[in-house]
Amino acid sequence: MKIVACVKYVPDTAIKIKITPDERGVELSDVSFIVNPYDEFAVEEALQIKEARGGEVIVVGAGTETATAGLRTCLAMGADSAVLLSDPVFDNADSYLIGKALASVCRELEPDLILFGKHAIGVDNGQVPSIVAQSLDLPQASVVTKLEILDQGFRAERDIEGAHEIVEGSLPAVITAQKGLNTPRYASLKGIMAAKKKKIDVRNLDSLGLSEEDKKPRLSVERITLPPSRPPGKILQGDVSQVVPELVKLLHEEAKVL
Amino acid sequence: MAQGILVFMEEREDKVKKTSLEALSAARKLADRLQETVTAVRLGSGDASENLAHYGADKVLCVRHELLASYSTEGFSAAVAEAAKKTEPRFILSAASAMGRDLMPRVAARLGVGLAQDCIAAEIVGEGQLQCVRPIYAGKAYAVVRLLASPAMATLRPNVFPVGKADASRNAETATITPDLDAGKIRASVKETKASSGQKVELTEADIIVSGGRGMKGPENFRIIEELADAFGGAMGASRAAVDAEWIDQQHQVGQTGKTVSPSLYVACGISGAIQHLAGMSSSKYIVAINKDPEAPIFNVADYGIVGDLFEVVPALTQAVNNLKK
Ligand SMILES: Cc1cc2nc3c(=O)[nH]c(=O)nc-3n(C[C@H](O)[C@H](O)[C@H](O)COP(=O)(O)OP(=O)(O)OC[C@H]3O[C@@H](n4cnc5c(N)ncnc54)[C@H](O)[C@@H]3O)c2cc1C
Ligand SMILES: Nc1ncnc2c1ncn2[C@@H]1O[C@H](COP(=O)(O)O)[C@@H](O)[C@H]1O
Repeated sequence: MKIVACVKYVPDTAIKIKITPDERGVELSDVSFIVNPYDEFAVEEALQIKEARGGEVIVVGAGTETATAGLRTCLAMGADSAVLLSDPVFDNADSYLIGKALASVCRELEPDLILFGKHAIGVDNGQVPSIVAQSLDLPQASVVTKLEILDQGFRAERDIEGAHEIVEGSLPAVITAQKGLNTPRYASLKGIMAAKKKKIDVRNLDSLGLSEEDKKPRLSVERITLPPSRPPGKILQGDVSQVVPELVKLLHEEAKVL
Repeated sequence: MAQGILVFMEEREDKVKKTSLEALSAARKLADRLQETVTAVRLGSGDASENLAHYGADKVLCVRHELLASYSTEGFSAAVAEAAKKTEPRFILSAASAMGRDLMPRVAARLGVGLAQDCIAAEIVGEGQLQCVRPIYAGKAYAVVRLLASPAMATLRPNVFPVGKADASRNAETATITPDLDAGKIRASVKETKASSGQKVELTEADIIVSGGRGMKGPENFRIIEELADAFGGAMGASRAAVDAEWIDQQHQVGQTGKTVSPSLYVACGISGAIQHLAGMSSSKYIVAINKDPEAPIFNVADYGIVGDLFEVVPALTQAVNNLKK
């Protein structure tokens, strides 16, 4: 099977947010980047499928040169090759443009399966995979915690409110990974060495054949703000027989949640 | 000229979901500003007894097709996109439920328009443009985004937008359409839905959540969390530390890699308040922390807190809540 996993290189989850002076972005110059954690599940799943059934795993990322490091990490995990769609525009592009760009590469690669993360942390969005699926006219299953590849298709489990759904479909398909799907491996030293020799095909925006319509912004970020700070809380200390009734009174009379 | 607001109504077991009524109520408010109409789109075949008109729909559009009997991203998105092409709305809204978050991106992709996911506020700016606030970086920042394409689309975070008061004097026209669906284009669909074991109230929909962390010390002690959750009529959550220790099932995890919740009341017991935990619950209306360490960061976000041993405080609280309800 030929499997593509799309990976985004994202700011670490632990970063402290600083808003840029123009209030339209988040200061990212000093922060460390990681492979989007959900995309690691996607890459791991791709590798496990390849190990079980044979084939190849290609990781694809859209970003700037910096994203190369993320792709190298995936190569070190065991992916066979990588494609970097390199253009500064990707760092702040709409999902639509990113989706169209990834779709364009996938169209050339003709994979049997395209794996994504359920969303990219930071933007917390969850749209790019659907744009790829729609552009390539493929079935999709999102937020998947269990995936079985069958001879003719796939069977996936996904979490919904208070239940999970079993989705069955044909291949090729687009699947997005949720925590629980697998446990991503660490790159071994051998893997890291081998990754240095693996090929990263760098593609520029112009080679992707996107239309002006694809590039048109659909959304504009007007402002980025910090969430409103919460007023200091009432912290009660003392004997349980006193503080508990006091808390209940506050919840009942002040917050009115009881 | 695009006009009016289309709202996708999610149905489960033949009932419209509360989160969809939230979206419908939000749509009503926006439509009143614009002096335009709200159309509720129903794909289910369920009982129409909930009167969507009472919550603000001027029209109810029933989209009927045998291929919509079970959920499929492809079939549902084709049907909603067709309803949108027929009605030419200005905006399309849905709850950011599991279904909404799956469906709306594909509808947006079909229509080639933008979508703001998981919004916590929505307003009209300029000449009838939709502008939304959505949490980014797991709630550590908010982005104010404007939708530039038409129709503008947004999904709304559950439990954030209030359900309006039902107005029994309102009426709605009903229309039925049969979309043009092709069985060959529905290549993945839901074959089965299995209820998750245990949880009486689903976490993301709960109005009150009581969560336990590493301070619970062991799986057997989650009983007192459950008892407090029951006293409140709420759901039980957990930190990742408790989930990783296998004291409680992963479906209860709140946080960056767990669920994002915004209940009216979130009670954190024996949880330190790590940034990744806060990511999942900081948009709760009220936060209560119970922790024996007065320096625990959870107290920085708490509206109310008790510094003390949870094994004493939690049972006493359960009793006090039960007494109040009597
Ligand atoms: C990429 C990434 C993703 C993550 N995602 C999540 C996530 O989704 N959700 C999440 O929760 N975490 C997540 N984490 C983990 C997070 O960083 C913390 O490790 C975790 O939240 C800690 O859980 P805790 O508060 O229960 O435990 P601790 O931090 O150990 O805190 C236990 C607290 O219990 C108190 N306590 C102990 N005994 C008692 C007692 N008898 N009475 C009262 N108080 C008591 C202590 O004072 C302490 O404050 C993530 C981490 C990473 C790196
Ligand atoms: N710039 C990118 N490069 C590669 N993959 C991406 C990029 N942006 C998003 N993706 C993929 O799409 C998924 C969902 O991202 P998003 O829709 O942006 O939340 C991610 O988990 C990735 O798998």
